[in-house]
Amino acid sequence: MFRKIAISAVSALAISTGAAFAAGEAVHIEDVPFSFQGPFGTYDQMQLQRGLQVFTEVCSACHGLKFVPIRTLADAGGPMLPEDQVRAYAKNYTVVDKDTGEEREAVPSDKFPENLAAGAPDLSLMAKARAGFSGPYGLGINQFLKGMGGPEYIHALLTSYTGEEKTEAGETFYENHAFSTGWIKMTPPLSDDLVTYADGTPATVDQMSLDVSAFLMWTAEPHLNARKEAGFKAILLLALLSTLLYLTNKRIWANVKGPKQA
Amino acid sequence: MAGIPHDHYEPKTNGQKWLHSRLPIAGVLYDTLMIPTPKNLNWMWIWGIVLTFCLALQIVTGIVLAMHYTPHVDLAFASVEHIMRDVNGGYMIRYLHMNGASLFFFAVYLHIFRGLYYGSYKAPREVTWIIGMIIYLLMMATGFMGYVLPWGQMSFWGATVITGLFGAIPGIGESLQTLLLGGPAVDNATLNRFFSLHYLLPFVIAALVGLHIWAFHTTGNNNPTGVEVRRTSKADAAKDTVPFWPYYVIKDLFALALLLAVFFAVVGFMPNFLGHPDNYVQANALATPAHIVPEWYFLPFYAVLRAFTADVWLVQLVEFVTFGIVDAKFFGVLAMFGAIAVMAMAPWLDTSSVRSGRYRPKFKAWFWLLVIDFIVLMWVGSQAANELNSWISLIATTYWFAYFLVILPLLGLFEKPLPIPATIEDDFNSHYANPAE
Repeated sequence: MFRKIAISAVSALAISTGAAFAAGEAVHIEDVPFSFQGPFGTYDQMQLQRGLQVFTEVCSACHGLKFVPIRTLADAGGPMLPEDQVRAYAKNYTVVDKDTGEEREAVPSDKFPENLAAGAPDLSLMAKARAGFSGPYGLGINQFLKGMGGPEYIHALLTSYTGEEKTEAGETFYENHAFSTGWIKMTPPLSDDLVTYADGTPATVDQMSLDVSAFLMWTAEPHLNARKEAGFKAILLLALLSTLLYLTNKRIWANVKGPKQA
Repeated sequence: MAGIPHDHYEPKTNGQKWLHSRLPIAGVLYDTLMIPTPKNLNWMWIWGIVLTFCLALQIVTGIVLAMHYTPHVDLAFASVEHIMRDVNGGYMIRYLHMNGASLFFFAVYLHIFRGLYYGSYKAPREVTWIIGMIIYLLMMATGFMGYVLPWGQMSFWGATVITGLFGAIPGIGESLQTLLLGGPAVDNATLNRFFSLHYLLPFVIAALVGLHIWAFHTTGNNNPTGVEVRRTSKADAAKDTVPFWPYYVIKDLFALALLLAVFFAVVGFMPNFLGHPDNYVQANALATPAHIVPEWYFLPFYAVLRAFTADVWLVQLVEFVTFGIVDAKFFGVLAMFGAIAVMAMAPWLDTSSVRSGRYRPKFKAWFWLLVIDFIVLMWVGSQAANELNSWISLIATTYWFAYFLVILPLLGLFEKPLPIPATIEDDFNSHYANPAE
């Protein structure tokens, strides 16, 4: 009896998840406790530097970051590379000079170049342009508790390849359970030890995808640390102001109201 | 000034007299600030100050944003990113403006429902109510056009859907839509005129807010009892009222400070919670988003718009009777604007002799059902269309209209209201021991 129920439950689950994938929704995105989440969360500088390395050595082959100025790699609250390293890093890229119209080596004041080579989307804002979480019932409770889930989505996308592939109309698609249609054109980009981290962190696929997701959250929201700090200052000042106004209000009305009747 | 009797400004020094005989501005400011205000106002009377603050916040942040923003289809999205990354404090100004719109609408809905519950719309305050409804319509127009400016995917497709509504109007629709868009489709001309109007309308709103305040300063504020301030003498009026300054200025500022603490928590810690991720993707006329949803504050009326599909018998009947002039699409548009129009007509639809809902036991139940109805409409407006959801929106929309067109007129005839207090002073003293008198 139990076996029968178990089998039907499992097959029901299989059918329903299959249907969900086919319908292109209800994709499960795993929540990741990123360092920058919650009101107190800030970016992990070392993680951003590792993420930058993954982006530079892997992602940048096909993806651009056209809204991100290279100089901001030195900014507080970001990867905070030393100035000379930023200058050296800029030399990795070739840009078209706005004034001369000729190609030249990038300098820190340039933005990361746009990359249209493979038709891949720009990643500057990707971590804010995708929502990993929703619901339940469209009530927004999950987004409220876990955040919008953009970096979680990127992490899930990079770790949810199944190894299956298919070819349609001359194009190869790779099965990926985090992608809306279930099949994505992007070749699985990561494999263990694809990069060598300077800080000795083991470069597993999971680690690299976490690091690059965090880095892309920074490219999308470079002033996150400063914004939260400003939020705290504002709340503290307003709490103080509210207290003073509450006491003033009570005092002013005391003569009009007198003691409250039961 | 036929207002409540009170002391007026008297110029004392020669300088004051000199100015007062030429421009009595000090007198106007004094009378505005010291206006006698019912002393029994509760916490639902704070939203006026909150809304005034919101308008100021939106204008100030908006002007700074306009200094750095470029209204051009190729540059708009990048200029917003420039504000977010390079402008000093730009991310904060933009998030304040973005979420300020939400605070604005949150406050205006509470303000409107306050008016509906306490009968603030009733004679002699119909003009205040109508001006308020025009302000609300202009707020919606301004909010909608502002959402288009970042030129994200939702900006573009929202603009396409909403301007398409005007295209549904028979006869003039198509030319009206072309006029709105500045061309056959949403494009650079659209962005430019939306930017221009988005900058203009807040100042029109500010002027209407002035009229709104002028109107209710003439009639006097409503209050939770709905009983009017006694105007028989200055002494009688003084028993029912306190001057606006300092009593309500301080009270309202306290409420505002508390509310702003919550607002800054949203801006500081979850500034994109109320937005849509698709708007961080640059507008693309070739890629339609999976779900086009408006901002949360439009959802109730968006639900009304979508409620009347071609398979609703009423729609079919109207289409038949009007020889196809009013089709399902146009019917939806009429319903959406009608949902606001019936609200604006409330002063003439409510037949009850008692103003405040506090003394109307049956009205209370219907009113709270309307509040729930509004929330249901908001929720269903955000959901994908399916059979269950279309039924929900149809039922919720029907109740919205029924409340104003059937329940409000009939309740006044059949409801037996509770006894109302003779004066505001009586009501106030029943809550507080008053040592001052």
